[in-house]
Amino acid sequence: MARLPVSVPDLVRRYGPHLNRAPAGGWAPAGEPDRVVPTHCCFCGQQCGIQLKVRRGKVVGFEPWEDFPFNRGKLCPKGVKRYLQDEHPDRLRAPLERRDGDFFAEVSWDAALDRTAREIRRIQDRHGADAVALLTGASLTNERAYLMGKFARVALRTPHIDYNGRLCMVSAAAASKRMLGIDRAANPWSDIPRAEVVLVVGANVAECAPITTDYLWQARENGARIIVLDPRLTPIARTVDLFIPVKPGGDIGVLNGMLHVMIGRGWIDRRFIADHTTGWDEVVEAVKPYTPEHGGAIAGVPPALIVRAAELWGPAKTSFLLHARGLEHHAKGVDNCMAAINLVLASGRIGREGCGYAMITGQGNGQGGREQGQKCDQLPGARDIENPDHRRHIAGLWGVPEASLPGKGLSAVPLVEAIHEGRIKGLLLLCFNPVVSLPDGNFVREALERLEFFAVIDFFLSETARYADLVLPGALMEEDEGTTTNVEGRVIHHRKVVDPPPGAREDWRIVCDLAARLGAGDKFAYRSPAEIFDELRAASRGGVADYYGITWDRIDREHGVAWPCPTLDHPGTPRLYEGARFHFPDGRARFQPVTWRPAAEPTDAEYPVVLTTGRVVAHYLSGTQTRRIGALVDQAPQPVCEMHPKLAATLGVADGDVVRIESRRGAITVRAQVVRTIRPDTVFVAYHWPGDRSANTLTVRAIDPVSHIPEFKVCAVRVTKVERPVDALAALPPEAGGLR
Amino acid sequence: MNGEHAFFIDHARCIGCHSCVQACEECDTHRGQSMIDLETIQRPDSVQTAPQVCMHCEDPVCAQVCPADAIKMTPDGVVQSALAPRCVGCSNCVLACPFGVPKYQVELDQMMKCDMCYDRTSVGKRPMCATVCPSQALAFTSRAEIERTRRGHAVNEWRFGGETVRTQVYVMVPAGVPAVRVDLLRRDGLQAAPRGAAPPVDDVAVLLGEA
Repeated sequence: MARLPVSVPDLVRRYGPHLNRAPAGGWAPAGEPDRVVPTHCCFCGQQCGIQLKVRRGKVVGFEPWEDFPFNRGKLCPKGVKRYLQDEHPDRLRAPLERRDGDFFAEVSWDAALDRTAREIRRIQDRHGADAVALLTGASLTNERAYLMGKFARVALRTPHIDYNGRLCMVSAAAASKRMLGIDRAANPWSDIPRAEVVLVVGANVAECAPITTDYLWQARENGARIIVLDPRLTPIARTVDLFIPVKPGGDIGVLNGMLHVMIGRGWIDRRFIADHTTGWDEVVEAVKPYTPEHGGAIAGVPPALIVRAAELWGPAKTSFLLHARGLEHHAKGVDNCMAAINLVLASGRIGREGCGYAMITGQGNGQGGREQGQKCDQLPGARDIENPDHRRHIAGLWGVPEASLPGKGLSAVPLVEAIHEGRIKGLLLLCFNPVVSLPDGNFVREALERLEFFAVIDFFLSETARYADLVLPGALMEEDEGTTTNVEGRVIHHRKVVDPPPGAREDWRIVCDLAARLGAGDKFAYRSPAEIFDELRAASRGGVADYYGITWDRIDREHGVAWPCPTLDHPGTPRLYEGARFHFPDGRARFQPVTWRPAAEPTDAEYPVVLTTGRVVAHYLSGTQTRRIGALVDQAPQPVCEMHPKLAATLGVADGDVVRIESRRGAITVRAQVVRTIRPDTVFVAYHWPGDRSANTLTVRAIDPVSHIPEFKVCAVRVTKVERPVDALAALPPEAGGLR
Repeated sequence: MNGEHAFFIDHARCIGCHSCVQACEECDTHRGQSMIDLETIQRPDSVQTAPQVCMHCEDPVCAQVCPADAIKMTPDGVVQSALAPRCVGCSNCVLACPFGVPKYQVELDQMMKCDMCYDRTSVGKRPMCATVCPSQALAFTSRAEIERTRRGHAVNEWRFGGETVRTQVYVMVPAGVPAVRVDLLRRDGLQAAPRGAAPPVDDVAVLLGEA
């Protein structure tokens, strides 16, 4: 039973989050660095180029890397301060074993790995191979993501591996695969400033993909009109040509409504549709009812805004459509994305300069992390684990019988439900903090408490790792080497900058040692991440995400290479679908008719307010890293409940008051921020914080039937003004889940 | 400083991300202390933010009012922090600056302010804030490049009542605006806004017709 060994305040006192405020050696002038290493930010999917300054074996600061073409030196505050993780007092420096009632005890690596292997064996012998599962992450390098997929299928022989990209990219992925054939942004970002009109749907670009802002503004300088759909007036929405404050979950009302108007006005590329697509007639039929009035009623916006959007988008010669989690985090996330792609295909504006479509990948390796085989239904190269040809290719490469490869496993939310039900009894987790990041947080904690054995690889003791029986101290991005694939599908090289601290180890070494103890050492005999990458290249060869022609040398010379890149002399593919050739046997894109349906949990008299969740610019995902960096915590110390003054007036709430937000699953207490920049029927809370400040205590455990993405963007809550709580959790520092 | 380049501020681009503030304190000459302010204009009503670097006046008021003659300009026009041995900590400069830039640092007993990253610009690098700025609301480039790539135009003339101040730092304004007038605040917005332009509407209830 994996309950917390001691209380949360005790755990916080020992393992943090504590704040690191100064670089190694302090703020005194550092002098010339010994080395300046060009690499990439460890955080979001933009994967900005950055140089880290090293002095006496320690990272002491950064220098912009202006030669890297994607960001040209630009960085968000997270990138600026990321180096403060390096010499952090909370870094784990020895394997930790839980001692009920007495914290964790430091144990040797041998003891920790032996016990992990022994417990996995014990559970699998008694309950079957699929009683053990793996949860992994999209902030891992391609090499590590590949290794985890192979480890699950070859060393553990369990079908149950899934990753936190399930909370991020899967709706966009499913829609792109169904309609265009490939799960990747269709265009490089350099096409954005060449578009006449840019439609941004559910993407808080300024805070979640800050570097993309300059691409948008450059489009505007070139004369582009920009349209933004969001329930909140975000920093980019402030100055765009058309801002549509769509109700959370109402996007299809706008998107289908726009298409309805475009068909009526003749702003359709009939030639493109006839020559390069299928399914148009069904879409025409599906959008017939979506008059601007009907669409506006669904979206909760005046019909005139939908007409105006169609007038901007419809007749343009070039265009770019971008969307992110605001569109995707729904129990109808795939339908939402398909409605967006219908608009792109109807215009015929894709696969050419200045004509494109992209999902804005959120996590560091959100793109590559979903191609290398750590999804429950995938093998490397974005191959299908149920496809016999794909299975044979990978089994042959791995030197195992095809029949030994497990089939499709459970995705993240059903996997946690299987733990809760007792069907999965052992869990190995890395690069994932589900206690903060999965919906229905109380349920997640209950599930973890029911595990017979739980091991975590992490560099800090995350809120999830507190539930572990064993914690194995891993390495930061800059303490290992490998590749990631950025938002554009550009494969880039993270250089090793420094060694992991004494006692911690690179993740791939930990996993390979564990594989050896599980009897699969010969399949995991890698001496370096470079060897893993070479195997990954071969594994992906001939697949959709073909990396075969990409080498680390080429990446360094060419500032990254975009997949597919099937041969060493292939230039890579920055822009997909050129010549309107889509990735299907007949080369035609597939229109998909979409009909709106309500959210899984509509508001009612008991829970009358919509809660929508998201991020702030100072923090990354569950905050395990950024809630440990002083400057970022100063910028955004705690979550707030954004609400419109009209709603605040009905609740009797003033700016700064403490409010209790309650859903059917739990309650949190945060301060109110009363702002005119949000819909009056909706409140917003960012999700980076734990415990009684965790927005995901409230969110609903409903998933899209196809992509299995959770509905983070809509649930029903009630909000009441309360006194400031004085319990032990509220008294914690805000970065640990306290309230100020 | 790189003579061809100048510093430009485009407030319409700012997204309030604080990269400038966070990166400024990483600079070698004043590590741990940021010399740039990011103003949140009126958060209850808008998400608008505005970065404020030293504007580097051609005839800096801060230096004029300094009784200790502690504020010097480089030959290429960069106004520097007060010289520590001379600064008497009187805060005249803090009170006199029309842009609110200089800060008296109590613990150092010295006025410190943005020097446009003189250590970087003097060796051909761009200032830290303008290098990292994700929206390029802060940009360090040539006049020609700004005019080629941006709408509107760059001005460096400010009128405070009868007083005209020229600055090394430019600000992007709509075409046809010769200078920024900040003397008269009217209820419907800055005088500098083009006549007839609607004031910004950042109230979502208004956009929804619910106000």
